[in-house]
Amino acid sequence: MTTPETIKVIPARYPLRTAGAFVALFVLAIVVQSVAFNPRWEWHVFARWFFDPAILYGVGQTLLLTLLGTVLSVIIGGLLALARLSSSWLLSSLAWGYIWLFRSLPLIVVLIILYNFSYLYDTLTIGIPFTAISWGQFETINVLGQFSTAVVGLTLVQSAYTAEIIRGGFLGVDHGQYEAAAALGLPAWRRTLRIILPQALRTILPSGFNEIISLAKGTAMVYVLAMPELFYTIQMIYNRTQEVIPLLMVGAVWYLAITSVLSIIQHLVERALARSERRSAINAAPRVSRVSSPATPVNAQEPVHAHLS
Amino acid sequence: MPISHNGHISITGVSKYFGRHKALDGVSLELPPGSVTVILGPSGSGKSTLLRAINHLERVDEGFIQIDGDYIGYRREGDRLYELKEKEILRQRINVGYVFQNFNLFPHLTVLENLIEAPIAHKQLSRKAAVERAYELLDVVGLRNKADAWSRHLSGGQQQRIAIARALALRPRVMLFDEPTSALDPELVGEVLDVIKTLARSGTTLVVVTHEIGFAREVADKVVFMVDGKIVEQGSSEAVLNRPQHPRTQQFLSKVL
Repeated sequence: MTTPETIKVIPARYPLRTAGAFVALFVLAIVVQSVAFNPRWEWHVFARWFFDPAILYGVGQTLLLTLLGTVLSVIIGGLLALARLSSSWLLSSLAWGYIWLFRSLPLIVVLIILYNFSYLYDTLTIGIPFTAISWGQFETINVLGQFSTAVVGLTLVQSAYTAEIIRGGFLGVDHGQYEAAAALGLPAWRRTLRIILPQALRTILPSGFNEIISLAKGTAMVYVLAMPELFYTIQMIYNRTQEVIPLLMVGAVWYLAITSVLSIIQHLVERALARSERRSAINAAPRVSRVSSPATPVNAQEPVHAHLS
Repeated sequence: MPISHNGHISITGVSKYFGRHKALDGVSLELPPGSVTVILGPSGSGKSTLLRAINHLERVDEGFIQIDGDYIGYRREGDRLYELKEKEILRQRINVGYVFQNFNLFPHLTVLENLIEAPIAHKQLSRKAAVERAYELLDVVGLRNKADAWSRHLSGGQQQRIAIARALALRPRVMLFDEPTSALDPELVGEVLDVIKTLARSGTTLVVVTHEIGFAREVADKVVFMVDGKIVEQGSSEAVLNRPQHPRTQQFLSKVL
Protein backbone atom coordinates (compact mmCIF):
# COMPACT_ATOMS: atom_id res chain seq x y z
CA MET A 1 0.00 0.00 0.00
CA THR A 2 1.36 3.42 -0.96
CA THR A 3 1.39 6.09 1.71
CA PRO A 4 -1.68 8.30 1.13
CA GLU A 5 -0.96 11.82 0.02
CA THR A 6 -1.97 14.25 2.77
CA ILE A 7 -3.35 17.69 2.04
CA LYS A 8 -4.25 20.25 4.64
CA VAL A 9 -7.92 21.40 4.72
CA ILE A 10 -8.53 25.06 5.57
CA PRO A 11 -12.08 25.74 6.83
CA ALA A 12 -13.89 28.59 5.04
CA ARG A 13 -14.03 31.82 7.02
CA TYR A 14 -16.92 34.31 7.11
CA PRO A 15 -15.71 37.65 8.55
CA LEU A 16 -19.11 39.35 8.04
CA ARG A 17 -20.80 36.79 10.28
CA THR A 18 -18.34 37.54 13.04
CA ALA A 19 -18.86 41.28 12.57
CA GLY A 20 -22.65 40.79 12.64
CA ALA A 21 -22.43 38.81 15.86
CA PHE A 22 -20.39 41.58 17.50
CA VAL A 23 -22.95 44.21 16.45
CA ALA A 24 -25.78 42.10 17.87
CA LEU A 25 -23.91 41.62 21.17
CA PHE A 26 -23.27 45.37 21.34
CA VAL A 27 -26.98 46.15 20.86
CA LEU A 28 -27.86 43.58 23.50
CA ALA A 29 -25.41 45.20 25.92
CA ILE A 30 -27.00 48.62 25.36
CA VAL A 31 -30.47 47.22 26.06
CA VAL A 32 -29.38 45.40 29.21
CA GLN A 33 -27.50 48.44 30.44
CA SER A 34 -30.51 50.75 29.92
CA VAL A 35 -32.98 48.34 31.53
CA ALA A 36 -30.77 47.65 34.49
CA PHE A 37 -29.51 51.15 35.20
CA ASN A 38 -32.40 53.43 34.22
CA PRO A 39 -34.01 54.06 37.66
CA ARG A 40 -37.39 54.77 36.06
CA TRP A 41 -37.91 51.04 35.50
CA GLU A 42 -38.28 50.97 39.30
CA TRP A 43 -37.29 47.35 39.75
CA HIS A 44 -37.77 47.58 43.51
CA VAL A 45 -41.46 48.34 42.91
CA PHE A 46 -41.58 45.37 40.55
CA ALA A 47 -40.11 43.15 43.26
CA ARG A 48 -42.57 44.44 45.84
CA TRP A 49 -45.65 43.68 43.69
CA PHE A 50 -44.57 40.51 41.89
CA PHE A 51 -45.81 38.10 44.59
CA ASP A 52 -48.53 40.38 45.97
CA PRO A 53 -51.64 38.33 46.88
CA ALA A 54 -53.83 40.44 44.57
CA ILE A 55 -51.49 39.78 41.66
CA LEU A 56 -51.30 36.07 42.48
CA TYR A 57 -55.10 35.93 42.59
CA GLY A 58 -55.15 37.56 39.14
CA VAL A 59 -52.65 35.00 37.84
CA GLY A 60 -54.87 32.25 39.25
CA GLN A 61 -57.91 33.68 37.47
CA THR A 62 -55.95 33.95 34.21
CA LEU A 63 -54.83 30.32 34.51
CA LEU A 64 -58.35 29.17 35.37
CA LEU A 65 -59.78 31.01 32.35
CA THR A 66 -57.10 29.47 30.12
CA LEU A 67 -57.79 25.99 31.47
CA LEU A 68 -61.58 26.22 31.19
CA GLY A 69 -61.35 27.89 27.77
CA THR A 70 -59.02 25.16 26.52
CA VAL A 71 -61.01 22.20 27.83
CA LEU A 72 -64.37 23.55 26.68
CA SER A 73 -63.10 24.69 23.29
CA VAL A 74 -61.45 21.31 22.64
CA ILE A 75 -64.75 19.54 23.39
CA ILE A 76 -66.91 21.96 21.38
CA GLY A 77 -64.27 22.39 18.67
CA GLY A 78 -63.92 18.62 18.34
CA LEU A 79 -67.67 18.22 17.89
CA LEU A 80 -67.71 21.12 15.40
CA ALA A 81 -64.86 19.52 13.44
CA LEU A 82 -66.71 16.20 13.27
CA ALA A 83 -69.86 18.06 12.18
CA ARG A 84 -67.85 19.89 9.50
CA LEU A 85 -66.49 16.58 8.21
CA SER A 86 -69.83 14.75 8.42
CA SER A 87 -71.52 13.76 5.21
CA SER A 88 -74.70 15.47 6.41
CA TRP A 89 -75.00 18.66 4.41
CA LEU A 90 -76.99 20.40 7.13
CA LEU A 91 -74.59 19.56 9.99
CA SER A 92 -71.60 20.57 7.95
CA SER A 93 -73.15 23.90 6.91
CA LEU A 94 -74.23 24.74 10.45
CA ALA A 95 -70.74 24.05 11.74
CA TRP A 96 -69.29 26.14 8.92
CA GLY A 97 -71.66 28.97 9.84
CA TYR A 98 -70.63 28.86 13.50
CA ILE A 99 -66.95 28.90 12.61
CA TRP A 100 -67.47 31.71 10.12
CA LEU A 101 -69.36 33.81 12.70
CA PHE A 102 -66.97 33.45 15.61
CA ARG A 103 -63.81 33.74 13.57
CA SER A 104 -65.16 36.97 12.11
CA LEU A 105 -66.09 38.68 15.38
CA PRO A 106 -63.36 40.23 17.53
CA LEU A 107 -63.23 38.64 20.99
CA ILE A 108 -63.78 41.99 22.67
CA VAL A 109 -67.03 42.51 20.74
CA VAL A 110 -68.30 39.04 21.67
CA LEU A 111 -67.46 39.67 25.32
CA ILE A 112 -69.29 42.97 25.50
CA ILE A 113 -72.34 41.61 23.65
CA LEU A 114 -72.50 38.70 26.11
CA TYR A 115 -72.09 41.04 29.04
CA ASN A 116 -75.12 42.96 27.83
CA PHE A 117 -77.12 39.81 27.15
CA SER A 118 -79.53 40.60 29.97
CA TYR A 119 -80.72 43.55 27.91
CA LEU A 120 -81.97 41.08 25.26
CA TYR A 121 -83.24 38.36 27.59
CA ASP A 122 -84.13 39.08 31.20
CA THR A 123 -84.34 35.42 32.13
CA LEU A 124 -82.87 32.16 30.87
CA THR A 125 -85.17 29.14 31.00
CA ILE A 126 -84.29 25.45 30.93
CA GLY A 127 -87.15 23.51 29.39
CA ILE A 128 -88.56 22.25 26.11
CA PRO A 129 -88.81 25.05 23.54
CA PHE A 130 -92.23 25.81 22.02
CA THR A 131 -93.95 24.24 25.03
CA ALA A 132 -94.83 25.41 28.52
CA ILE A 133 -92.59 22.77 30.11
CA SER A 134 -89.82 24.35 32.15
CA TRP A 135 -87.46 22.97 34.76
CA GLY A 136 -85.89 26.15 35.91
CA GLN A 137 -85.63 29.84 35.28
CA PHE A 138 -82.70 32.10 36.04
CA GLU A 139 -82.04 35.81 35.95
CA THR A 140 -79.65 36.39 33.05
CA ILE A 141 -77.75 38.94 35.07
CA ASN A 142 -77.00 36.33 37.76
CA VAL A 143 -76.02 33.55 35.35
CA LEU A 144 -73.81 35.65 33.09
CA GLY A 145 -71.61 37.29 35.69
CA GLN A 146 -68.10 38.45 34.91
CA PHE A 147 -66.48 35.07 35.24
CA SER A 148 -69.06 33.02 33.34
CA THR A 149 -69.30 35.67 30.61
CA ALA A 150 -65.54 35.50 30.23
CA VAL A 151 -65.57 31.68 30.04
CA VAL A 152 -68.47 31.59 27.57
CA GLY A 153 -66.99 34.34 25.38
CA LEU A 154 -63.52 32.83 25.26
CA THR A 155 -64.95 29.37 24.58
CA LEU A 156 -67.26 30.56 21.79
CA VAL A 157 -64.42 32.24 19.92
CA GLN A 158 -61.72 29.73 20.76
CA SER A 159 -63.76 26.68 19.74
CA ALA A 160 -64.13 28.10 16.21
CA TYR A 161 -60.35 28.14 15.81
CA THR A 162 -59.89 24.80 17.57
CA ALA A 163 -62.47 23.21 15.26
CA GLU A 164 -60.51 24.28 12.20
CA ILE A 165 -57.25 22.96 13.63
CA ILE A 166 -58.81 19.60 14.50
CA ARG A 167 -60.46 19.40 11.09
CA GLY A 168 -57.14 20.16 9.41
CA GLY A 169 -55.50 17.37 11.40
CA PHE A 170 -58.14 14.86 10.33
CA LEU A 171 -57.86 15.90 6.68
CA GLY A 172 -54.09 15.54 6.89
CA VAL A 173 -54.32 11.80 7.59
CA ASP A 174 -53.75 9.75 4.46
CA HIS A 175 -57.01 8.67 2.83
CA GLY A 176 -55.67 5.11 2.66
CA GLN A 177 -55.92 4.93 6.46
CA TYR A 178 -59.68 5.60 6.30
CA GLU A 179 -60.03 2.97 3.59
CA ALA A 180 -57.97 0.39 5.47
CA ALA A 181 -60.09 0.92 8.57
CA ALA A 182 -63.26 0.68 6.48
CA ALA A 183 -62.07 -2.47 4.71
CA LEU A 184 -61.48 -4.09 8.12
CA GLY A 185 -65.02 -3.08 9.01
CA LEU A 186 -63.89 -1.15 12.11
CA PRO A 187 -66.84 0.66 13.72
CA ALA A 188 -66.91 4.40 13.08
CA TRP A 189 -66.03 5.49 16.62
CA ARG A 190 -63.12 3.06 16.79
CA ARG A 191 -61.86 4.19 13.39
CA THR A 192 -61.97 7.81 14.55
CA LEU A 193 -60.50 7.37 18.02
CA ARG A 194 -57.97 4.55 17.50
CA ILE A 195 -56.85 4.92 13.92
CA ILE A 196 -57.37 8.48 12.69
CA LEU A 197 -57.13 10.66 15.83
CA PRO A 198 -53.69 9.42 17.00
CA GLN A 199 -52.29 10.17 13.56
CA ALA A 200 -54.10 13.51 13.35
CA LEU A 201 -52.70 14.59 16.73
CA ARG A 202 -49.25 14.94 15.20
CA THR A 203 -50.47 17.90 13.17
CA ILE A 204 -53.11 19.10 15.65
CA LEU A 205 -50.83 19.50 18.66
CA PRO A 206 -48.30 22.10 17.46
CA SER A 207 -50.97 24.50 16.16
CA GLY A 208 -53.27 23.54 19.02
CA PHE A 209 -50.68 24.65 21.56
CA ASN A 210 -50.18 27.87 19.64
CA GLU A 211 -53.91 28.44 20.14
CA ILE A 212 -53.68 27.68 23.87
CA ILE A 213 -50.82 30.15 24.17
CA SER A 214 -52.78 32.85 22.37
CA LEU A 215 -55.74 32.01 24.60
CA ALA A 216 -53.58 32.49 27.70
CA LYS A 217 -52.61 35.92 26.40
CA GLY A 218 -56.13 36.56 25.06
CA THR A 219 -57.57 36.31 28.55
CA ALA A 220 -56.16 39.80 29.10
CA MET A 221 -59.04 40.96 26.89
CA VAL A 222 -61.61 40.16 29.56
CA TYR A 223 -60.42 43.21 31.50
CA VAL A 224 -63.29 44.96 29.68
CA LEU A 225 -65.66 42.99 31.91
CA ALA A 226 -63.88 44.39 34.97
CA MET A 227 -63.02 40.84 35.92
CA PRO A 228 -60.02 40.67 38.26
CA GLU A 229 -57.72 38.54 36.14
CA LEU A 230 -54.02 39.44 35.85
CA PHE A 231 -54.21 42.40 33.48
CA TYR A 232 -57.25 44.04 35.13
CA THR A 233 -55.68 43.65 38.57
CA ILE A 234 -52.53 45.36 37.34
CA GLN A 235 -54.50 48.25 35.90
CA MET A 236 -56.40 48.64 39.15
CA ILE A 237 -53.17 48.83 41.11
CA TYR A 238 -51.30 51.27 38.89
CA ASN A 239 -54.33 53.53 38.58
CA ARG A 240 -54.09 53.87 42.35
CA THR A 241 -50.32 53.97 42.83
CA GLN A 242 -49.26 55.52 39.48
CA GLU A 243 -46.42 52.96 39.25
CA VAL A 244 -47.42 52.15 35.68
CA ILE A 245 -44.26 50.71 34.14
CA PRO A 246 -43.17 48.44 37.02
CA LEU A 247 -46.65 46.96 37.28
CA LEU A 248 -46.87 46.39 33.54
CA MET A 249 -43.52 44.61 33.87
CA VAL A 250 -45.04 42.42 36.60
CA GLY A 251 -47.77 41.44 34.14
CA ALA A 252 -45.36 40.96 31.26
CA VAL A 253 -43.13 38.64 33.29
CA TRP A 254 -46.11 36.60 34.52
CA TYR A 255 -47.43 36.21 30.96
CA LEU A 256 -43.93 35.20 29.87
CA ALA A 257 -43.82 32.62 32.64
CA ILE A 258 -47.23 31.19 31.76
CA THR A 259 -46.51 30.89 28.04
CA SER A 260 -43.05 29.46 28.74
CA VAL A 261 -44.55 26.71 30.88
CA LEU A 262 -47.09 26.01 28.14
CA SER A 263 -44.29 25.81 25.58
CA ILE A 264 -42.44 23.31 27.75
CA ILE A 265 -45.60 21.19 28.11
CA GLN A 266 -46.04 21.36 24.32
CA HIS A 267 -42.49 20.15 23.83
CA LEU A 268 -42.96 17.25 26.26
CA VAL A 269 -46.27 16.16 24.77
CA GLU A 270 -44.92 16.26 21.23
CA ARG A 271 -41.91 14.23 22.30
CA ALA A 272 -44.12 11.64 23.96
CA LEU A 273 -46.27 11.42 20.82
CA ALA A 274 -43.22 10.92 18.65
CA ARG A 275 -42.59 7.69 20.59
CA SER A 276 -42.38 5.57 17.47
CA GLU A 277 -40.27 8.16 15.68
CA ARG A 278 -37.83 8.19 18.58
CA ARG A 279 -37.51 4.44 18.45
CA SER A 280 -36.55 4.81 14.84
CA ALA A 281 -33.81 7.23 15.88
CA ILE A 282 -32.49 4.66 18.34
CA ASN A 283 -32.66 1.95 15.73
CA ALA A 284 -30.85 4.17 13.28
CA ALA A 285 -28.04 4.96 15.71
CA PRO A 286 -25.95 1.80 15.16
CA ARG A 287 -26.38 2.22 11.43
CA VAL A 288 -24.91 5.71 11.62
CA SER A 289 -21.84 4.47 13.40
CA ARG A 290 -21.53 1.64 10.92
CA VAL A 291 -21.56 4.09 8.05
CA SER A 292 -19.08 6.38 9.68
CA SER A 293 -16.67 3.69 10.86
CA PRO A 294 -15.04 2.97 7.47
CA ALA A 295 -14.53 6.70 7.08
CA THR A 296 -12.32 6.88 10.16
CA PRO A 297 -8.76 6.21 9.04
CA VAL A 298 -7.26 2.96 10.24
CA ASN A 299 -3.86 4.46 10.98
CA ALA A 300 -4.13 7.68 12.94
CA GLN A 301 -3.37 10.71 10.85
CA GLU A 302 -2.49 14.24 11.77
CA PRO A 303 -5.63 16.21 12.63
CA VAL A 304 -7.26 18.28 9.88
CA HIS A 305 -6.07 16.00 7.13
CA ALA A 306 -8.08 14.27 4.46
CA HIS A 307 -7.45 11.44 2.09
CA LEU A 308 -7.69 12.02 -1.60
CA SER A 309 -8.82 8.98 -3.50
CA MET B 1 -78.35 -20.22 -7.23
CA PRO B 2 -76.43 -22.42 -4.83
CA ILE B 3 -76.15 -20.96 -1.33
CA SER B 4 -72.84 -21.90 0.23
CA HIS B 5 -70.83 -20.18 2.92
CA ASN B 6 -67.46 -20.61 1.36
CA GLY B 7 -67.04 -17.40 -0.53
CA HIS B 8 -69.10 -17.70 -3.67
CA ILE B 9 -69.00 -14.33 -5.46
CA SER B 10 -71.73 -13.54 -7.93
CA ILE B 11 -71.61 -10.30 -9.90
CA THR B 12 -74.66 -9.43 -12.00
CA GLY B 13 -74.84 -6.59 -14.52
CA VAL B 14 -72.77 -4.14 -12.46
CA SER B 15 -72.22 -0.60 -13.76
CA LYS B 16 -70.54 2.33 -12.07
CA TYR B 17 -70.33 5.94 -13.18
CA PHE B 18 -67.80 8.56 -12.13
CA GLY B 19 -69.61 11.65 -13.37
CA ARG B 20 -70.15 10.94 -17.06
CA HIS B 21 -67.38 8.38 -17.26
CA LYS B 22 -68.64 4.79 -17.12
CA ALA B 23 -66.00 2.97 -15.08
CA LEU B 24 -67.87 -0.35 -15.05
CA ASP B 25 -70.22 -1.31 -17.85
CA GLY B 26 -72.55 -4.24 -17.28
CA VAL B 27 -70.03 -6.57 -15.65
CA SER B 28 -71.23 -10.08 -14.79
CA LEU B 29 -69.01 -12.73 -13.25
CA GLU B 30 -69.39 -15.97 -11.28
CA LEU B 31 -66.52 -16.91 -8.99
CA PRO B 32 -66.96 -20.29 -7.28
CA PRO B 33 -65.85 -20.90 -3.66
CA GLY B 34 -62.13 -21.42 -3.25
CA SER B 35 -61.33 -20.26 -6.78
CA VAL B 36 -58.43 -18.00 -7.70
CA THR B 37 -59.25 -15.31 -10.23
CA VAL B 38 -56.78 -12.89 -11.76
CA ILE B 39 -58.14 -9.74 -13.35
CA LEU B 40 -55.93 -8.27 -16.07
CA GLY B 41 -56.32 -5.19 -18.20
CA PRO B 42 -54.76 -1.88 -19.13
CA SER B 43 -54.88 0.89 -16.52
CA GLY B 44 -58.23 2.64 -16.35
CA SER B 45 -60.08 -0.47 -17.46
CA GLY B 46 -62.09 -0.69 -14.23
CA LYS B 47 -60.25 -3.60 -12.59
CA SER B 48 -59.71 -1.84 -9.28
CA THR B 49 -63.18 -0.29 -9.32
CA LEU B 50 -64.68 -3.77 -9.66
CA LEU B 51 -62.58 -5.03 -6.76
CA ARG B 52 -63.56 -2.05 -4.61
CA ALA B 53 -67.21 -2.63 -5.48
CA ILE B 54 -67.02 -6.22 -4.20
CA ASN B 55 -66.07 -4.77 -0.79
CA HIS B 56 -68.52 -1.87 -1.10
CA LEU B 57 -65.68 0.64 -0.93
CA GLU B 58 -67.35 1.82 -4.13
CA ARG B 59 -71.13 1.89 -4.41
CA VAL B 60 -72.39 0.47 -7.72
CA ASP B 61 -75.02 2.35 -9.72
CA GLU B 62 -76.59 -0.63 -11.52
CA GLY B 63 -76.66 -4.35 -10.94
CA PHE B 64 -75.70 -6.13 -7.74
CA ILE B 65 -72.98 -8.20 -6.14
CA GLN B 66 -73.61 -11.17 -3.87
CA ILE B 67 -71.31 -13.14 -1.64
CA ASP B 68 -72.80 -16.46 -0.60
CA GLY B 69 -76.22 -15.12 -1.50
CA ASP B 70 -75.96 -11.92 0.59
CA TYR B 71 -76.32 -8.71 -1.35
CA ILE B 72 -73.35 -6.41 -0.80
CA GLY B 73 -74.64 -3.13 0.60
CA TYR B 74 -78.28 -4.28 0.59
CA ARG B 75 -80.72 -6.52 2.39
CA ARG B 76 -83.32 -8.35 0.33
CA GLU B 77 -86.87 -8.78 1.54
CA GLY B 78 -89.18 -10.27 -1.06
CA ASP B 79 -88.60 -8.36 -4.26
CA ARG B 80 -87.14 -5.32 -2.56
CA LEU B 81 -83.54 -4.38 -1.80
CA TYR B 82 -83.09 -2.19 1.28
CA GLU B 83 -79.90 -0.18 1.40
CA LEU B 84 -77.84 -1.11 4.46
CA LYS B 85 -76.71 1.39 7.06
CA GLU B 86 -73.00 2.04 7.46
CA LYS B 87 -72.84 -0.13 10.56
CA GLU B 88 -74.25 -3.15 8.71
CA ILE B 89 -71.97 -2.57 5.72
CA LEU B 90 -69.01 -2.58 8.08
CA ARG B 91 -70.19 -5.90 9.49
CA GLN B 92 -70.50 -7.36 5.97
CA ARG B 93 -66.86 -6.52 5.33
CA ILE B 94 -65.76 -8.98 8.02
CA ASN B 95 -66.22 -11.71 5.41
CA VAL B 96 -64.03 -9.95 2.87
CA GLY B 97 -60.33 -9.23 3.29
CA TYR B 98 -58.86 -6.40 1.23
CA VAL B 99 -55.19 -5.83 0.44
CA PHE B 100 -54.22 -2.41 -0.90
CA GLN B 101 -51.55 -1.44 -3.39
CA ASN B 102 -50.00 0.89 -0.78
CA PHE B 103 -50.37 -1.55 2.16
CA ASN B 104 -52.06 1.09 4.37
CA LEU B 105 -50.75 -0.39 7.59
CA PHE B 106 -51.53 1.74 10.65
CA PRO B 107 -48.20 3.50 11.22
CA HIS B 108 -48.87 4.41 14.88
CA LEU B 109 -49.42 0.78 15.84
CA THR B 110 -46.90 -2.04 16.00
CA VAL B 111 -47.19 -5.00 13.65
CA LEU B 112 -48.91 -7.05 16.36
CA GLU B 113 -51.34 -4.24 17.17
CA ASN B 114 -52.17 -3.93 13.47
CA LEU B 115 -53.06 -7.63 13.42
CA ILE B 116 -55.23 -7.77 16.54
CA GLU B 117 -57.13 -4.51 15.94
CA ALA B 118 -59.97 -5.87 13.80
CA PRO B 119 -60.66 -9.19 15.62
CA ILE B 120 -60.86 -7.32 18.93
CA ALA B 121 -62.99 -4.51 17.47
CA HIS B 122 -65.49 -7.05 16.16
CA LYS B 123 -65.40 -9.00 19.45
CA GLN B 124 -64.50 -12.05 17.37
CA LEU B 125 -61.65 -12.95 19.70
CA SER B 126 -60.45 -12.07 23.17
CA ARG B 127 -57.24 -10.10 23.27
CA LYS B 128 -55.27 -13.21 24.24
CA ALA B 129 -56.79 -15.31 21.46
CA ALA B 130 -56.25 -12.47 18.98
CA VAL B 131 -52.57 -12.32 19.89
CA GLU B 132 -52.26 -16.09 19.41
CA ARG B 133 -54.01 -15.82 16.05
CA ALA B 134 -51.69 -12.94 15.10
CA TYR B 135 -48.61 -15.07 15.75
CA GLU B 136 -50.07 -17.91 13.66
CA LEU B 137 -50.60 -15.44 10.82
CA LEU B 138 -47.08 -14.05 11.22
CA ASP B 139 -45.84 -17.61 10.76
CA VAL B 140 -47.91 -17.89 7.58
CA VAL B 141 -46.25 -14.79 6.13
CA GLY B 142 -42.88 -15.66 7.69
CA LEU B 143 -42.50 -12.55 9.86
CA ARG B 144 -42.90 -13.80 13.44
CA ASN B 145 -39.79 -11.90 14.51
CA LYS B 146 -41.34 -8.58 13.40
CA ALA B 147 -44.28 -8.65 15.83
CA ASP B 148 -43.06 -5.66 17.84
CA ALA B 149 -41.67 -3.65 14.93
CA TRP B 150 -43.20 -0.43 13.62
CA SER B 151 -44.48 -0.83 10.12
CA ARG B 152 -42.39 1.97 8.65
CA HIS B 153 -39.21 0.14 9.56
CA LEU B 154 -40.18 -2.78 7.36
CA SER B 155 -39.43 -3.14 3.67
CA GLY B 156 -42.29 -2.77 1.22
CA GLY B 157 -42.49 -6.50 0.75
CA GLN B 158 -42.64 -7.12 4.49
CA GLN B 159 -45.28 -4.40 4.90
CA GLN B 160 -47.43 -6.02 2.24
CA ARG B 161 -47.08 -9.43 3.87
CA ILE B 162 -48.20 -7.90 7.19
CA ALA B 163 -51.13 -6.25 5.38
CA ILE B 164 -52.14 -9.68 4.03
CA ALA B 165 -51.90 -11.16 7.53
CA ARG B 166 -54.01 -8.28 8.87
CA ALA B 167 -56.71 -8.97 6.28
CA LEU B 168 -56.62 -12.69 7.14
CA ALA B 169 -57.07 -12.03 10.86
CA LEU B 170 -60.86 -11.89 10.48
CA ARG B 171 -60.89 -15.30 8.70
CA PRO B 172 -62.58 -13.88 5.60
CA ARG B 173 -64.20 -16.13 3.01
CA VAL B 174 -63.00 -13.85 0.23
CA MET B 175 -59.65 -12.08 -0.18
CA LEU B 176 -59.32 -9.19 -2.62
CA PHE B 177 -55.88 -8.03 -3.77
CA ASP B 178 -55.63 -4.65 -5.49
CA GLU B 179 -52.31 -4.64 -7.38
CA PRO B 180 -50.51 -6.02 -4.29
CA THR B 181 -47.05 -5.89 -5.87
CA SER B 182 -47.25 -2.70 -7.95
CA ALA B 183 -45.69 -0.47 -5.28
CA LEU B 184 -42.81 -2.86 -4.61
CA ASP B 185 -39.24 -2.94 -5.83
CA PRO B 186 -38.82 -5.79 -8.32
CA GLU B 187 -36.76 -7.96 -5.96
CA LEU B 188 -39.54 -7.83 -3.31
CA VAL B 189 -42.38 -8.95 -5.60
CA GLY B 190 -41.60 -12.65 -5.22
CA GLU B 191 -42.00 -12.85 -1.44
CA VAL B 192 -45.48 -11.31 -1.60
CA LEU B 193 -46.61 -13.51 -4.49
CA ASP B 194 -45.35 -16.56 -2.57
CA VAL B 195 -47.66 -15.70 0.34
CA ILE B 196 -50.61 -15.29 -2.04
CA LYS B 197 -49.78 -18.63 -3.66
CA THR B 198 -49.96 -20.29 -0.22
CA LEU B 199 -53.43 -18.82 0.25
CA ALA B 200 -54.51 -20.06 -3.18
CA ARG B 201 -54.43 -23.59 -1.80
CA SER B 202 -56.25 -22.73 1.45
CA GLY B 203 -59.83 -22.75 0.16
CA THR B 204 -60.36 -18.97 0.45
CA THR B 205 -61.76 -17.36 -2.67
CA LEU B 206 -59.10 -15.02 -4.09
CA VAL B 207 -59.52 -12.19 -6.56
CA VAL B 208 -56.26 -10.59 -7.62
CA VAL B 209 -55.80 -7.51 -9.77
CA THR B 210 -52.22 -7.64 -11.00
CA HIS B 211 -49.85 -7.21 -13.90
CA GLU B 212 -47.86 -10.33 -12.96
CA ILE B 213 -48.64 -12.59 -15.91
CA GLY B 214 -46.37 -15.34 -14.61
CA PHE B 215 -48.29 -15.40 -11.35
CA ALA B 216 -51.59 -15.60 -13.25
CA ARG B 217 -50.30 -18.47 -15.35
CA GLU B 218 -49.14 -20.40 -12.30
CA VAL B 219 -51.96 -19.88 -9.81
CA ALA B 220 -55.13 -18.61 -11.45
CA ASP B 221 -58.08 -20.89 -12.09
CA LYS B 222 -59.63 -18.14 -14.11
CA VAL B 223 -58.25 -15.10 -15.89
CA VAL B 224 -60.54 -12.17 -16.64
CA PHE B 225 -59.46 -9.51 -19.12
CA MET B 226 -61.10 -6.08 -18.85
CA VAL B 227 -61.09 -3.09 -21.20
CA ASP B 228 -63.05 0.16 -20.74
CA GLY B 229 -65.14 -1.21 -17.87
CA LYS B 230 -66.19 -4.34 -19.74
CA ILE B 231 -65.06 -7.94 -19.52
CA VAL B 232 -63.87 -8.75 -23.02
CA GLU B 233 -62.50 -12.20 -22.35
CA GLN B 234 -62.48 -14.76 -19.55
CA GLY B 235 -61.48 -18.36 -19.20
CA SER B 236 -58.82 -20.64 -17.79
CA SER B 237 -55.41 -19.04 -17.48
CA GLU B 238 -54.10 -21.41 -20.13
CA ALA B 239 -56.83 -20.39 -22.60
CA VAL B 240 -56.70 -16.64 -22.06
CA LEU B 241 -52.94 -16.28 -21.77
CA ASN B 242 -51.86 -18.73 -24.47
CA ARG B 243 -54.69 -18.49 -26.97
CA PRO B 244 -56.29 -15.05 -26.50
CA GLN B 245 -59.25 -14.53 -28.83
CA HIS B 246 -59.98 -10.83 -28.43
CA PRO B 247 -57.66 -8.41 -30.30
CA ARG B 248 -57.30 -6.17 -27.20
CA THR B 249 -56.18 -9.17 -25.13
CA GLN B 250 -53.68 -10.18 -27.79
CA GLN B 251 -52.38 -6.62 -28.01
CA PHE B 252 -52.06 -6.33 -24.20
CA LEU B 253 -50.32 -9.68 -23.76
CA SER B 254 -47.89 -8.98 -26.59
CA LYS B 255 -46.85 -5.82 -24.75
CA VAL B 256 -46.44 -7.24 -21.26
CA LEU B 257 -44.93 -10.64 -22.11
